[in-house]
Parts: sequence; C-alpha cells; structure tokens
Amino acid sequence: MTFNTFKRVAFTLLFLSVFSFSFAKDDKSKASDKEFDAKEMIMHHVKDAYGMHIIDYDGHSYSIPLPIILYTDKGLTTFMSSEFHHDYNGEVVVEKNGQRFVNVHEKIYLLNEGEVAVAYDAEHHPTNAQRPWDFSVTRNVFMMWVSVVVLLLIFLTAAKRYKKSGDNVPKGIASFVEPLIVFVRDEIAKPMIGEHKYKRFMPYLLTVFFFIWINNIFGLIPILNGANLSGNIAFTFALAFCTFLITTFSGNKNYWKHIFWMPGVPVPMKLFLMPIEIVGMFVKPVSLMIRLFANITAGHIIILALMSLIFIFESIAVAPVSIAFSLFIGVIEIVVTAIQAYIFTVLSALYFGMATEDAH
Amino acid sequence: MELIKPDFGLVFWSLVTFAILLFVLRKFAWKPILGAVEDREEGIKSALASAENARKEMENLHADNERILQEARAERELMLKDARDMKNKIVSDAKEEAQTQANKMIAQAQSAIESEKKAAMAELKSHVAGLSLEIAEKVVRNELSNKDKQLKLVEDMLGEATLN
Repeated sequence: MTFNTFKRVAFTLLFLSVFSFSFAKDDKSKASDKEFDAKEMIMHHVKDAYGMHIIDYDGHSYSIPLPIILYTDKGLTTFMSSEFHHDYNGEVVVEKNGQRFVNVHEKIYLLNEGEVAVAYDAEHHPTNAQRPWDFSVTRNVFMMWVSVVVLLLIFLTAAKRYKKSGDNVPKGIASFVEPLIVFVRDEIAKPMIGEHKYKRFMPYLLTVFFFIWINNIFGLIPILNGANLSGNIAFTFALAFCTFLITTFSGNKNYWKHIFWMPGVPVPMKLFLMPIEIVGMFVKPVSLMIRLFANITAGHIIILALMSLIFIFESIAVAPVSIAFSLFIGVIEIVVTAIQAYIFTVLSALYFGMATEDAH
Repeated sequence: MELIKPDFGLVFWSLVTFAILLFVLRKFAWKPILGAVEDREEGIKSALASAENARKEMENLHADNERILQEARAERELMLKDARDMKNKIVSDAKEEAQTQANKMIAQAQSAIESEKKAAMAELKSHVAGLSLEIAEKVVRNELSNKDKQLKLVEDMLGEATLN
C-alpha cells in the first residue's frame, strides 16, 4: 500500500522533472537570442539565486521575488530581489541607503563610493565593488524553509497521532514515518553507536536524515526550478560542521587517546600516527560535506547536460535519446536521494560511535 | 570554482534553520514518537514475558495437579489397605472370640453333663439299693413262709457253719 503510494509519487516526480527541465530550457533559448551556452545554463540551475525563477514566457521572466538582506558599514539594507528585474549581469544598479548594489552572476556586490556601474577585470571579476555580508533569503534558503514546514507538518502530525490514539498504535501518517524512524534507530544508530549510548544522538540523526532526504527530493522537483539545496556546499558544510561539533564534544578519553597517543603500538608509530589522526578528525566531516554536495550536484548536472544535448544539436531528433537517458538518471537520482541521506546519517553515527566507544 | 565556495549567508541560514528544526522536532516529534515506539516495544516484550510466565505457571499447575492426584491415589491405596487390614483384624478377632466363647460353652456343657451324670448315678444307686432291699425282703419273706423251708435253711446254714 505504502510502497504503491511511494511508487506513484516517485513516477510523478520523475515525469515532472523530465518535462519541466526540457520546458525550462526551451524558454531560455528563445528568450535570449544568444548562442545556447550549456555550461552557463547548468551552472545557473545548480547554483543559488536571488528569487525563485519560474518561467520565461514571451520575452518576459516570471519569478517569485525573495527578500535580499545585506549588512554593510551603514547597517542593514533590505529590498526585494525583483528590484534587479531578473538581471544577473551587473547591469541594473539598485540604490538603497545611498549605496549602490549590482547582481553579478547571482552574487550581490556593493559598488564603491561614487561608482555608478560595475567594471570587470580580465577574469570577469568586479574590480570596483565588494561583497557585503549577505543574509539574503535566496531560493535555497526559501526552499529550506519550505522543507522545514513540510517536515514539521509530517512529523508533528505523526506525533499527535500517537498522543491522540493513546494505545500507541500508529495510524495514518504515523504508520508511514514510523518504519523510517525505527529504521534509523535499529539499522543506523544502534549498530553504529551501541545499544547503550545511541539514545543521546537519536534526535540529531533523525533530523539530519529527514532534512537531507526531503531536500534531496525537493532538488529533483523541477517546478521549483531545481532548488539545489543539498547540492550546495554551504548547506552540506553546515551539516557536516554540526556532525564535527557533536563528534568533538562527545569524544571521551578513549577517543582522544586514540588520536594523540595511539595505544598498543610502539612509540615511533605513535608519533607517526598522531598527525594522521589529527588530520583525520577534520577529514571525516569534510568527506561528509563533499560526498553529499558532489553526489547531488553531479546528478543535477547530468540530467541538465543530457537535456542540453537537444539544444546543442539544435535537433528535435535528439530529444527521445535525451529524455530516455535523463529518465534513467532520474530514476537513479530518486534512489540516490535516500542513499545519500542514509550515508550521511550512517557516517555521522559511525563518528559518534567512535567518539563514545569505551576502551577495550 | 564558485561552486565549491560556501556562501556565508546560506551557511548561516542552514545552521540557524537546522538548529531550530532540531530543537522543535526533538521536543515535539522525536520524543513522543520514539517514546511511543519504545512503550509499545516494552509492552510487547512484557506481554510476551507474561505469556511465558502464564505458560510456566500452567505447567506448574499441571505438575501440581499430577502430584496431588498421585498423592490422592496413594492415600486411597493406603486407606483401602487399612480398611482391608481392619476387616481382617475384625474378622479374626471375631473368630477368636467365637472360638473362646464356644470353648467356654462346650466346657460348661461338659461340666453340666458330668454333674448331671453324677447326680443321675447317685440317684440310680440309691434306687438300685432300695430295689435290692425290697427284692431281698420279698425273697426272704418268700423263703420263710413255710416251716420246712425254714428248717432246711437252718440246716444248710448249720452245715456250712460246721464246715468252716
């Protein structure tokens, strides 16, 4: 029953994604009469942006404006992303609080005092502008909040079910999420951390697992214009940083001993292992960060690249091949959404387990 | 290269959002759900344990019943044996009593017969003595009824007396 629902949702997402990627591309190439640049299009989709761009139609871009929040020497400046009028080439200058801002490839720059237009060096970096502290609600932040709302809806409703029923029998949404929660507990937390200590880490592991998973799935929904939160290194950095903090602060004596003075090996070996272990402390979360970012971004790039083939060859005949391949990759991506969430959670749990392991 | 440079803003919002999400879910979702799941598992475990206990108790009860039955059987056996012994004893006692009683009665009867016999003998003797005297009297009277005979007798007696 549940599996059928899942299948139906998965296929719907898949078809939507294929349809919409191709659709979005079509509009783009029509809107700009320039030569089609696959790399630029793909990077634009994969990276973060101010404003949720929905569609280009009949020469007009339609997007949901999002707030831009900047902190400069003159304090907080806020305005809506729509003030740039969909420009991200630094052409539209927005003036606020006596400061001038431009949007260069979805990065906001503050023009230096007195400058009215942005100037570039040979590598197309702005020369007369700096980046302010940027707390803007970008489309990734926006999608993150949407995902939070969805997560809260799902899990608070599920929790309420238990409270209401009184007899602890899962019904409705609770019967759908309970196996997942029990899976995280029995297949991830218990074997990796140990029967006695896993409870402390359960909230973190569950939150991370579902947060990553739902954002991976949201990244595959194309009508959201490929909001690619879990394929953004800032997001994976934040989560990996949390894992690093928890690992470091829950490390017991045994853990630190294994890092600084490896027991059971001769002294020269201890000295040799110490720097390796210290580097390892940081490499572990960095690997978490890169793995999630790279896997999700790679999936997006492959699908977009396959779709771009149609426009590179400028032939409708390529479309069936492109669609078939991106369908195939899309199916894999759906599996990857869960697998990457699982891997991140398992490895986090493994690190917690290593940090809290007793001396043997 | 820009792809792998974390944006400060997104890191900031990710951390803040994740912290809030973690806090809210921990308090309002994970705790009740995990609590309920654990409660249920506890419940199932204890139900299984109590079922096992009940089964063991049943077994014990069964064994008890068997034991009690065995005891009852043994007791019945004992009682039957007692009763049989008692019966035998009563019968033998009665027999003995009857025997002694009979012996006693026989002895009494014998002694009664003896004394009766003695009395009868004594009576018979006196009777015989009386009869003898009567007969003797009659004979003597008869003998001495005529003179001849009396003389003869005297003569015989005298004859005999001289011989002596």
